[in-house]
Amino acid sequence: MNFPILSSITFLPLIGAFFVFLSKSELNQVNKGAIYVSLFTSFANFFLVLFLWYSFDNTSSNFQFVEEAVWISGFIKFKFGIDGISILFILLTAFIIPICVISCVNSIKTRLKEFLIAILVLETFMIGVFCSLDLVIFYLFFEAGLIPMFLIIGIWGGPRRVYSAFKFFLFTLLGSVLMLIAIISIYWITGTTDVTEIYKIKIPAEFQNLLWLAFFSSFAVKMPMWPVHTWLPDAHVEAPTAGSVILAAILLKMAGYGFLRFSVGMFPLASEYFTPLVFTLSVIAIIYTSLVALMQDDMKKLIAYSSVAHMGYVTLGIFTFNKQGIEGGIIQMFSHGLISAALFLCVGVLYDRAHSRLINNYGGVVNILPKYSFILMIFVLGTLGLPGTSGFVGEFLVLVGAFKVNFLVAILASIGVVLAAAYILWLYKRVIFGKLENNQIKEMKDLNKSEMGVLVSIGILVIFFGFYPEPLFNTVNVSVDNLINNYNMEINKLSVLK
Amino acid sequence: MINAVYFLIPEIFLALSIFAFIIFGVFKKNSFDLIYRATIVIIPIVIFLILNNNFENIKIFNNSFALDEFSSFMKILILVSSFFVLIMSKKYIQDINNNKFEYPVIMLIAILGMFFMVSSNDLILFYLGLELQSLSLYILASIDRDNLRSSEAGIKYFVLSALSSGLLLYGCSLLYGFTGSTNFQVISNNVGDINIGTIFAMIFILVGLAFKVSAVPFHMWTPDVYEGSPTSVTSFFAIVPKIAGIAVFIRFMYSPFQNILDQWQYILVFISIASMILGAVAAINQKNIKRLIAYSSISHMGYAIAGISTGTESGFKSTIIYILIYSAMNIGFFAFVFLMKRSGKYIEDINELSGISKNHPLAALSLLIVLFSLAGIPPLAGFFAKFYIFMSVIESGMYALAIIGLVTTVVSAFYYIRIVKVMYFDSPKKPFENFKNYGVYGSLIFSCIFLSSFFMYPSIFNGIISKINIF
Repeated sequence: MNFPILSSITFLPLIGAFFVFLSKSELNQVNKGAIYVSLFTSFANFFLVLFLWYSFDNTSSNFQFVEEAVWISGFIKFKFGIDGISILFILLTAFIIPICVISCVNSIKTRLKEFLIAILVLETFMIGVFCSLDLVIFYLFFEAGLIPMFLIIGIWGGPRRVYSAFKFFLFTLLGSVLMLIAIISIYWITGTTDVTEIYKIKIPAEFQNLLWLAFFSSFAVKMPMWPVHTWLPDAHVEAPTAGSVILAAILLKMAGYGFLRFSVGMFPLASEYFTPLVFTLSVIAIIYTSLVALMQDDMKKLIAYSSVAHMGYVTLGIFTFNKQGIEGGIIQMFSHGLISAALFLCVGVLYDRAHSRLINNYGGVVNILPKYSFILMIFVLGTLGLPGTSGFVGEFLVLVGAFKVNFLVAILASIGVVLAAAYILWLYKRVIFGKLENNQIKEMKDLNKSEMGVLVSIGILVIFFGFYPEPLFNTVNVSVDNLINNYNMEINKLSVLK
Repeated sequence: MINAVYFLIPEIFLALSIFAFIIFGVFKKNSFDLIYRATIVIIPIVIFLILNNNFENIKIFNNSFALDEFSSFMKILILVSSFFVLIMSKKYIQDINNNKFEYPVIMLIAILGMFFMVSSNDLILFYLGLELQSLSLYILASIDRDNLRSSEAGIKYFVLSALSSGLLLYGCSLLYGFTGSTNFQVISNNVGDINIGTIFAMIFILVGLAFKVSAVPFHMWTPDVYEGSPTSVTSFFAIVPKIAGIAVFIRFMYSPFQNILDQWQYILVFISIASMILGAVAAINQKNIKRLIAYSSISHMGYAIAGISTGTESGFKSTIIYILIYSAMNIGFFAFVFLMKRSGKYIEDINELSGISKNHPLAALSLLIVLFSLAGIPPLAGFFAKFYIFMSVIESGMYALAIIGLVTTVVSAFYYIRIVKVMYFDSPKKPFENFKNYGVYGSLIFSCIFLSSFFMYPSIFNGIISKINIF
């Protein structure tokens, strides 16, 4: 099989963006052609990715569909390849982007064409992150995503968009530059930036801790972990709906993916050494941000803080280094990608109609928007991890993994489950139930067809993977086994030496 | 001797055309347009002549004039950048009623001076080239002589630059005194046994060089001169003398001073760090786009010098790539500045760019690419410039320099994206005056395509640069 399918799915959106760019449009006027082109590209990409998933070999722990080419002659190769972990994220990306395109057609009123270009370019960068098997290529895509996201927040955002866009940009850039230093250092230590080669060569133990910290600084900001999470609520609140969806569903997952692929994969000794640090930060994130979420009066901010808490489970799961924990972390990321995307879309539905995100302005929505209220309930239950939704599978496995390793941490993390139920149900109660008092919201119409289609399709997936997560496990199983084996081998080697 | 002259054909051709233009300009009135066009034609011819000279590293005139891959590469870079500066700025210089025929001719003289600087292998020839260049630049800075600020810029630049030239000359004479020769190779051999005299000489020369590339702490003239000079001259200042200055910097550090690396390395590291930090921090509050780019060029020189400060072969090669990409970025930046014209007047205030992305989407997009590239965000070319620099810096184990350098990129990213913010996030004002100017559009498009497609084949120049050998 010589067809370069990974490059195709990576660069197809870029080609689509180019055609959207060529399409003629007047300012502030919706151009049908641009919309159709971007819908077509994003759906075509989604089906290509489905085909990729179908032809992916579950039983092999090697990287598949590997593509190689000379890039910077002499020292860096352009290398793409995927394993069971990355394909899930590619799948998530390709699924979320068409949804964003559909939703932004409804909600973006100005400069739609530029918005579509930004989203498609962003898709290229995000898929590139998950495909790349070379550190420099990875960094390239990882950082390049800042430009379109900065513009999405800044141009189409809310009143404090400038502040939020700058905060987002500078925080993430500051985190990443240290990673660049680490990448270059790795090149001079091992003589390559090819990830598969580095797995074989193994980075000497004396360098691992510093390099791990440099990578951690980047991923912790992106994830985001407490205490560098403060850019996320701002960015979420000000970003337009589609921007929030991409941010929550995919951009945050790049960090989780980075932890698995690079931190754990390349620096197993350092990962083991810093596990207490990660556990502490994760537990603080889970409890503290859940408490903060309780006190929010802005719906988007509440969901943003809940994202930080959920990402806390992910880091906790990854650093348990057992099968349940890591698989739980991955499933948690996947399901959080779906659920948080849907929640932001739901908030977007209300915002488009009543132009307010404040919880106090709503109440009794169930009386006028019954369909909406029902669908929102699915995602609310998914957030609190009710059995039968995909949220449960991930959270449960993470906690199982954590109990194996550290009882206290697991107990503390379980508190987060209770708190999650508290803040999200309270939100639901205040918005959906109660008396219908605000006159402005009385005239709201229920979901239209495209909103319905989008939310129902996500809802079906959330419930499907809640009852039958087998396809996800099958995909990641061998890759996770491989990761854990490599990790244990390194750790054992060290203990034998001691 | 005849052979030696043969190798000098590009310089001789350039000098002869300068004389021809002067005579022609003196005898024919209103010859600005003609001479300007002729200048633009001359430059590709000189490039062709340089490329046509196929030789392998030779030194002529008693080893005082070096012709090697390095000097040819730098000369071509100087010529290409001057070519873009000339085609961009013609309309501007006419608009400010400065269409004197001397303007392009003086630029050519400056270029000739730079040729000698870049090729010099001897202190005397180096100083002559430097002065030929500097004197032309003083005139250029004050070419808008009826404008108070332009005259002020010219005087300021002259006084400070003359001081630095004096220090440099003093350093040269000390160096001659302590090593017994003006030839770089002989100096390099004799400089090895450290004595305090050669160190003094080296420091004086470093001061002069740092002044010419406007590195901290000898940068004070830059913002004022950039702001005061006509924009066409500023664009020349920001690009072309910097290339020559960095070339001479590399030549000095790697040829006469290569044996005292441990003496100058920390000085360069300091200059580099200071330039990066000052350039990043001081630009934050600038409202004038020319002052902003002045500080930006200071910080960029910091990165370029960081490459030299490693003292390794990969170090100076990364600096060459850096200065190349720096030129391309500045060409794009100034092309946009030449578009900023509203109701007959050129504007320099950044806030006047407010919401320009709605009126001129393509021009704004181009500046966006240039700005993100200046900030060093991948996948644009500016990232690779910094990437190569830090590759060589970390290779030499200078982690502190790398960390400070990369953290300052975050600070400087702030003021670059502030311009993006003004263009894209703020509400629109009146559109710019639309004028057909293919020179400006062409330069802007060239720069953007170069910057945004560089990532596809980032080793495009590595083949040429790997041949460069200074020693």
